[in-house]
Amino acid sequence: MTQEPVTEEHRTVNADPTPSATDAAADKLRDVVADRETEGPTGNSTIFGLRGLTVYYADFRAVKEVTADIRENEITALIGPSGCGKSTVLRCFNRMNDLIETARVDGSLTYHGVDLYGKNVDPVEVRRRIGMVFQKPNPFPKSIYENVVYGPKIGGMKGNLDDIVEESLRKAVLWDEVKDKLDESGLALSGGQQQRLCIARAIATSPDVLLMDEPCSSLDPIATLRIEELMLELKQDYTIVIVTHNMQQAARVSDRTAFFTVDVSDDGQRTGKLVEFDVTNRLFTSPSKTETEDYITGRFG
Amino acid sequence: MAETTSTAPTTTDLVRGTLEGRRVNPVNTLVSGLLLIALLSSLLVLAVLLADVFGKGWGLLTERGADFLTTPLSPNAVDAGIFQGVMGSIALTAIVIVVAFPLGVAAAVYLEEYAPTNRLTQFITTNIRNLAGVPSIVYGLLGFSVFVNLFSGATGGRTVITGGLTLALLVLPIMIITTSEALRAVPTALREASMGVGATRWETIRHHVLPVALPAILTGSVLTVARAFGETAPLLLSGAVLSLYFAVPPEAGFVSLMTEQSYTALPMIIYNWARQPQEEFVALTSAAIIVLLAMLLIVNAAAIVARDHFERKST
Repeated sequence: MTQEPVTEEHRTVNADPTPSATDAAADKLRDVVADRETEGPTGNSTIFGLRGLTVYYADFRAVKEVTADIRENEITALIGPSGCGKSTVLRCFNRMNDLIETARVDGSLTYHGVDLYGKNVDPVEVRRRIGMVFQKPNPFPKSIYENVVYGPKIGGMKGNLDDIVEESLRKAVLWDEVKDKLDESGLALSGGQQQRLCIARAIATSPDVLLMDEPCSSLDPIATLRIEELMLELKQDYTIVIVTHNMQQAARVSDRTAFFTVDVSDDGQRTGKLVEFDVTNRLFTSPSKTETEDYITGRFG
Repeated sequence: MAETTSTAPTTTDLVRGTLEGRRVNPVNTLVSGLLLIALLSSLLVLAVLLADVFGKGWGLLTERGADFLTTPLSPNAVDAGIFQGVMGSIALTAIVIVVAFPLGVAAAVYLEEYAPTNRLTQFITTNIRNLAGVPSIVYGLLGFSVFVNLFSGATGGRTVITGGLTLALLVLPIMIITTSEALRAVPTALREASMGVGATRWETIRHHVLPVALPAILTGSVLTVARAFGETAPLLLSGAVLSLYFAVPPEAGFVSLMTEQSYTALPMIIYNWARQPQEEFVALTSAAIIVLLAMLLIVNAAAIVARDHFERKST
């Protein structure tokens, strides 16, 4: 409640005929979300429940006590400055942090109510249901066909593999560009095509959820736009969680946004924390925390 | 117009003045000259060595032709060949490949992909590096005490198996190190991509990591096997003989040659011939060296062909 007057005051400044550059940036974000619902989609049930999720790398606490509910068939964006732990949190959703030997997780993270870090949970099964697209496009050094078919093949999926390949590539809006060269190397494609190939590879296993770790950071604006359009289409069938550095992108595609930041303790320890989690429109137009407002107006970060 | 350019230099002139400095940088020239001398002097030594060997041995090789390879050893220089040596070296190399390659690759895969990073694995890794530096004569002693004495029941004592196992032990640390380095060079992003679509650790290694690392593993392994091929000291202790006479005739076949009598190897023959006082053995020694070098060259060439083949397959 104490933040409210600050926001109001800020709005008055915005009305000024000569707004500062930072206010202009915030205005731009507001324009992007202007036609979006303030309440967000309703009726979507919780798919991931985070309760006091804390992640350590050896003795280093990377992110602390994250509590949030991520809903089905929505795009949830995780934003925040470098080192705020957003990628770390994302990598908990499919147990990718297991690949880092020193990583340790406290608190609880449930998927459809099942504890993902439960004793009997097989991370391999988790990753078949929760696919991931990485920051840098990382196709296998194999043919386009083999890239897409690999997941279904090792997963022992039933059905015609050729059909799965075509369907996945179509969903990733790559089919028309590659249908005549499926046996060519995935590495021969352009960066944007490679990333769409990685998306096709991820959806070929028919996952429930797609995790995207800054999927557009190495792409040009046109390729970025295509990936964003693709995300909005994929939302019908999948739950998407995306980490992005680009606030405009979060504003353009996401239904809900989680804002993370870094806490620096007295002895210099940097720990990420979740500041605010809300419907995207509300988070960008009337954030309830000053830290969020400072970040989206460009005064911080 | 001409006056203005002479009094007030244009931007072009100023930029040209700074860019077109001294054409010759003395330090640069000196350094590249010294580096070139270093390269040439090492090449020169090799060239002198080769010229000497070819000068002394080429005549005999062309005169005797393939007979030199198929004629058995003999105390008479006139009709001495290197048959037993060639056979012995081939048998030793085969044993080294069969034993050291799978063991070394498997050990490296465990160390790099499965073992946790802790004090124990760090201790093991450090000691593998130390083992790679242990003089080969020490491995000879090890081979003598372990394979000749302790496990004589399995190896048959001073046999070609003992020699092969000793050489395999000698190259095993190098095999592990080169494979480890090849595995470490495989980008993490590839492992993440594979695990990300639900592959198990072993599927990731078998389908993605090993194929990508294979060219580098093969190159390293061949260099390693080539080293074993030229070793003499460990063989001296693990049963290879310095004889000029062997009882079993070449016609008896490979297996009888290797099992019914003592074995020898090409480097052993070179060592033995080089010690002979008669003038004729000088040419024989050089000819044997040329054969050894040619065989090494063939092995290396095969490795390059194999590496290119797998590299093309994995991109």
